[in-house]
Amino acid sequence: MTQVAPEPGATAAPFAVEALGLGKVFNPGSPNQVDALVDIDLVVKPGEFVSLIGPSGCGKSTLLRLFADLIEPTGGSLTVNGKSAHQARLDQDYGMAFQQSGLFEWRSVERNIELPLELKGWDKAKRKARSTEMLELVQLTDFATHMPWQLSGGMQQRVAIARALAAHPQLLLMDEPFGALDEMTREHMQAELLRICARTGTTVVFVTHSIPEAVYLADRVVIMSPRPGRITEIVDVTLGRDRDELTREASEFFERVTQVREALRGIELAAGARGIEDR
Amino acid sequence: MSLAVQRTDSTRARQLVSAAVPPLVLGLVFLAAWQLWVEVYDVKPFIIPKPTAIWQSLVDNSDLVWKASWVTGVNAFVGLVCGAVLGFGLAVVTNRFRIVSELIDPLAVTVAAVPAVVIVGVLNNMYALDSQIGRRIMVSIAVFFIVFVQVAKGLRQNDPTQMELMRSYAATPRQTLRKVRLPNALPFFFTAIGTAAPIAVIIALVSEYFGGTQDGLGSKISGTLNGSNKALGFAYVVGGSIVGLLFFAGSALLEYVVVPWRRRRRSR
Repeated sequence: MTQVAPEPGATAAPFAVEALGLGKVFNPGSPNQVDALVDIDLVVKPGEFVSLIGPSGCGKSTLLRLFADLIEPTGGSLTVNGKSAHQARLDQDYGMAFQQSGLFEWRSVERNIELPLELKGWDKAKRKARSTEMLELVQLTDFATHMPWQLSGGMQQRVAIARALAAHPQLLLMDEPFGALDEMTREHMQAELLRICARTGTTVVFVTHSIPEAVYLADRVVIMSPRPGRITEIVDVTLGRDRDELTREASEFFERVTQVREALRGIELAAGARGIEDR
Repeated sequence: MSLAVQRTDSTRARQLVSAAVPPLVLGLVFLAAWQLWVEVYDVKPFIIPKPTAIWQSLVDNSDLVWKASWVTGVNAFVGLVCGAVLGFGLAVVTNRFRIVSELIDPLAVTVAAVPAVVIVGVLNNMYALDSQIGRRIMVSIAVFFIVFVQVAKGLRQNDPTQMELMRSYAATPRQTLRKVRLPNALPFFFTAIGTAAPIAVIIALVSEYFGGTQDGLGSKISGTLNGSNKALGFAYVVGGSIVGLLFFAGSALLEYVVVPWRRRRRSR
């Protein structure tokens, strides 16, 4: 068993993510100005698993992209790993996975996993050792030299996760990574992700539109509402850390699912009352 | 997994045969109809020769056809390589500077629409009469625009997820070019070469109609097809077709070897 620990020299910040009064306005000043996010306060502790859920247009993906410094906020303050989001990105402090695996079709599975390390300037032997370790972590050791098209959707997503974790980041940002998978594969991948997190101690911010998925995975479920995008409620899941297939049938699991569902329904009712049609 | 791959391999030969047979049959039917038509209506050989007569002439004059094909083939090849290198290189350079590519793109389309072969007349006046340079430049120009437009497109059209990933890795523009844009543009490049290769042969051939040395296929075809030995003229045409086909086959083979990930995607 290889020991998976954060990179030496990485400083332990008090918060993995700390957003205070964070806001994002698209096209400010123009007629099609959109208040994507308003006044977001959210603190994610190291090792925590946080799910973001809400109807489309609530800005959950936008929030994740702010954390990743893929876009810049228009208001408020934001630190990732105790530094600016920009610096955190330059230091590759986080790994990222999307709904599309985004595998590079001209690279084998192991060379896909090694790409972020290549860009960090690691030498070949070190990269190879790490990709071998990551393949073991996602249980795809036999597929190192396969090309992406030879893998199923679920396997491709596992490679994408291995790649996101290749540099041993302390933070994993995931945008509906299992959204394109069938239900069975999806549940398998969720269990897999929890196993990986338990082993690596990685902090996860996970965007999803599936209520059971959000509850099964997270320590806390952040519920968001649209127009303007904001946080309306945060549900503590309190299911403990040892979750398995039986968890999905536990009464407490259903209670939390119900709690999240009702919170989301409240958003819909409020939107209906204001005469806004929600797609 | 390996089972699936094996199955693909074993059926590949059968797929190849089933893909090759229909066009071959169609070609043979066409030749047979041609032969029959000439025989039945007793068409005179100085109007349209019989396929068998063309074949006979090709065999009898194989050294002549070979020499002329070589001259035209080399012109086409030199022009193809120069145009491809220039088109690829300039597309990469202009990709770094958006304004330049926005200037060149419409220009490329406009110039491509000009019946550009006429430039050969000008080029011929610029170089010695026994020079092939004018023709090669002509081929280069045509190939250049085809390759430039396609590669520029390939460098721009990237998968959004891959681009976001590269940003999350804090990759420099140069790294993104090398690791994502260039591999992504390669299939586009080979599509362009597949189009440009037969065109290169045709342009090399037609260029010879505008003066200069009379040793290539174009000169021979225009010389013999106007004369009474129509069979020899058609034999030269066959030579030209073979050169064009070789160019196309060469480009397809190159694509198969260099961008293997493309094979799979296409067969899906």
